[in-house]
Amino acid sequence: MKNYDLVIVGGGPAGLAAAISARDNGIQDILIIERDDRLGGILNQCIHNGFGLHTFKEELTGPEYAQRYIDQVLERGIDYKLNTMVMDISPDKKVTAMNREDGMFVIPAKAVILAMGCRERPRGALNIPGYRPAGIYSAGTAQRLVNIEGYMPGKKVVILGSGDIGLIMARRMTLEGAEVKVVAEIMPYSGGLKRNIVQCLDDFGIPLKLSHTVVDIEGKERVEAVTIAEVDDHMKPIPGTEERYECDTLLLSVGLLPENELSRQSGVELSRVHKGPVVNDALETNVEGIFACGNVLHVHDLVDFVSQEASQAGKNAAAYISHGEKKAKRVVKLNPVDGVRYTVPEFVRPEEMDDTVTVRFRVGAVYKNAAVCTYFGDKCVARRKKQIFAPGEMEQVILKKADLLADPDLKEITLKIEEA
Amino acid sequence: MYDVAIIGAGVTGSAIARYLSRYQVKACVIEREEDVCDGTSKANSAIVHAGFDAHPGSLKAKMNVRGSEMMEDLSKELDFPYDRNGSLVVATKDQDASLLDKLAEQGRENGVKDIRILDEKELKEMEPNLADDVVKALYAPTGAIVCPFNLTIALAENAADNGVEFFLNTTVEKVERDGDHYRIETDGKVIEAKAVVNAAGVYADAINNMVSAHKYHIIPRRGQYKLLDKTAGQHVRRTIFQLPSKMGKGVLVSPTVHGNLIVGPTAEDIDDKEGINTTSEGLDSLSRTAALSVKNVPLYEVITSFAGLRAHEEGGDFVLGEAEDAPNFFNALGIESPGLSSAPAIGEYLSDLVAEKLGLEKNPNFNGKRKGILDPSKLSMEERNELIKKNPAYGQIICRCEMITEGQILDAIHRTLGARSLDGVKRRTRAGMGRCQAGFCSPRTMEILEREVPMSAFDVTKTGGKSKLVIGYNKRV
Repeated sequence: MKNYDLVIVGGGPAGLAAAISARDNGIQDILIIERDDRLGGILNQCIHNGFGLHTFKEELTGPEYAQRYIDQVLERGIDYKLNTMVMDISPDKKVTAMNREDGMFVIPAKAVILAMGCRERPRGALNIPGYRPAGIYSAGTAQRLVNIEGYMPGKKVVILGSGDIGLIMARRMTLEGAEVKVVAEIMPYSGGLKRNIVQCLDDFGIPLKLSHTVVDIEGKERVEAVTIAEVDDHMKPIPGTEERYECDTLLLSVGLLPENELSRQSGVELSRVHKGPVVNDALETNVEGIFACGNVLHVHDLVDFVSQEASQAGKNAAAYISHGEKKAKRVVKLNPVDGVRYTVPEFVRPEEMDDTVTVRFRVGAVYKNAAVCTYFGDKCVARRKKQIFAPGEMEQVILKKADLLADPDLKEITLKIEEA
Repeated sequence: MYDVAIIGAGVTGSAIARYLSRYQVKACVIEREEDVCDGTSKANSAIVHAGFDAHPGSLKAKMNVRGSEMMEDLSKELDFPYDRNGSLVVATKDQDASLLDKLAEQGRENGVKDIRILDEKELKEMEPNLADDVVKALYAPTGAIVCPFNLTIALAENAADNGVEFFLNTTVEKVERDGDHYRIETDGKVIEAKAVVNAAGVYADAINNMVSAHKYHIIPRRGQYKLLDKTAGQHVRRTIFQLPSKMGKGVLVSPTVHGNLIVGPTAEDIDDKEGINTTSEGLDSLSRTAALSVKNVPLYEVITSFAGLRAHEEGGDFVLGEAEDAPNFFNALGIESPGLSSAPAIGEYLSDLVAEKLGLEKNPNFNGKRKGILDPSKLSMEERNELIKKNPAYGQIICRCEMITEGQILDAIHRTLGARSLDGVKRRTRAGMGRCQAGFCSPRTMEILEREVPMSAFDVTKTGGKSKLVIGYNKRV
């Protein structure tokens, strides 16, 4: 096996952008390891449009967006291996992987970028009672069946959860001739993008029932009916509000989880909130030389931000390979409070950071006429008003190195949502 | 004409078939589902009880203790996962701890080896996550955990390899005495046999009542469970039972042989023999009850919940043996807990009874060994690479949560009584049994079944019958 300086685990949008950026920052020996049979990751099954508005100023489909990055990887002659599963990453960055042709092999890398993406929460994690028949799919699995394999999972559909994939699949199933009866969402707000609610539900007359969940699944062999009910403030179903829908399919779009089993094995510290690695401004984890980006780090709303973040990770990994680890002179912690659920990164190093660092986060509830405020200690240094903050959309603030250097005693930066 | 027809391919029927194949016999097993191990045997605590629970002298006590003794050797002969992890029955400070002494005494009377009472200090060194209220426990080092799927499948495969025929997807509709033999009408063929063994689980009463005037009544007693991710699998090392209290019989918290944590079961008598649905009350109660014996059970790590039905017969004991008014009709009825633990003993006992009655000779060609599906993760890297060179399918991961290769799935499909459904593959290989619950591997496993069986994508099911996974093509342009 050839030696590689940088191994990128995952050939989806994050892995591709990271590879391109690492190469453009001088790293020759890069290997992308992809478990599927093609590059592009989950974008391959996202055949709807709306990708790339920020990056390319045009609306692309998922495969088109992926192809732009795949082309750049190919132009640069970056190595990749398909149908290859990474089995282990050791703390000293030995990557063990396996495929049919090479068998099991170990690559001692100088740096590793984690770009494994995320997976869907299954029914089991929700304690939904009822039978366990065929016809219950996570929205992403159904999306693969319809868009890649060309099969219809069912004809009469109830969807639980209003995450973006669920919304997109409501439209897809309708366009393919199925009847989508209802989308139930346990929260009082949707977890998806506003534009998806309009374009995928409203435009097709599909009702969205907020504060509703599934309380029973009928059908011993195949789904026959699903009962939903309204929930109270503690998310407990309210007796008497049950509505029964005859259907053959239940799709679940109830949240995405960064897929960090490999990270855990390699000793990477994970956030309890966003479930991805805890990283610094360079997107480097607590394990020196292991970086993370994309949905394995935290679940993004738009792929454009994945690509941006991954470019940063690629550039930083390149710097690490070329110059080694810079010892941080001081560390400033980012403190998310009052509606800000988490931040990525979790901390910044004022002396070592880039001129600007984008801090990404999500809010914990819907806030109207509010502002995101940045405090250096107890001094508010920035305040950005917005009509509405929603958990379905990722937010960001930009930190300037100059501001941090100007405050040598700075220990903590607090981000919070305040009334405007 | 068969010498013996066994009704039911759960763990009991499969064990009887396997032990019967030690004799020269023309035997068959009739199973209504599309696979073996598709009823109660697939949804239980996966425990091999030490044997202190049942009343001394009862069949439950005898079969349990004998089964538990047989299980370890059997796991080597038939190559299924088994771990003698030991079990604890714990008492909290509000409970009458002297009940533990009685239980210990009962265990000794039943012939359970090495049981002893532990004090709080010893106990909490052994299991630091026991609830703070726990003060005393009964420790049974012979308690064990087992893979109920592979136990049943291994027994059935070995029976089939020794000549027993299996008729799957075949529902028994009528059994009647016809001269010197029995005539079994099914939804397909008619099967004639000199002897019948009734191992029909929750339906064993109906089968018995077709031929015997001694009527039985089986109540399906539902047990709901939660299965937790492997990250929670080390929360306890031993199987933790609770002393029955005014709160009910209590639930167990146990590691599984595959490294998950299982919590359950509830105990609800229901009317519906198909009622394997979970309920919100049931699932909620598990969380509350588990906390009585084990603290901080990470229930947020739940990956699935399920329910199974115990075949509870009103008499309370196993019914094993020939019906008094139906010659050559043998019951294995009322096989609830400790049925899984007892299965090898029941298999041995009933097959010997049947053989004696029919005057069967020993089968000189009987081969009691069966090789399970190879687990490549147990191999060294060199061995693994050898394997992949010979068969590249072992280099392709299909289930990324459990790291199951295509090679294992191909083996599951092509071996004796091979898998024909997603759940069949799952029970044999664990593909789809991990934390994403088959979200990722379902379409891939479907493709492999389609190619290898071979079968149309529209006939691939989750678990046979009408449980089809896709219903047609999408709009084609």
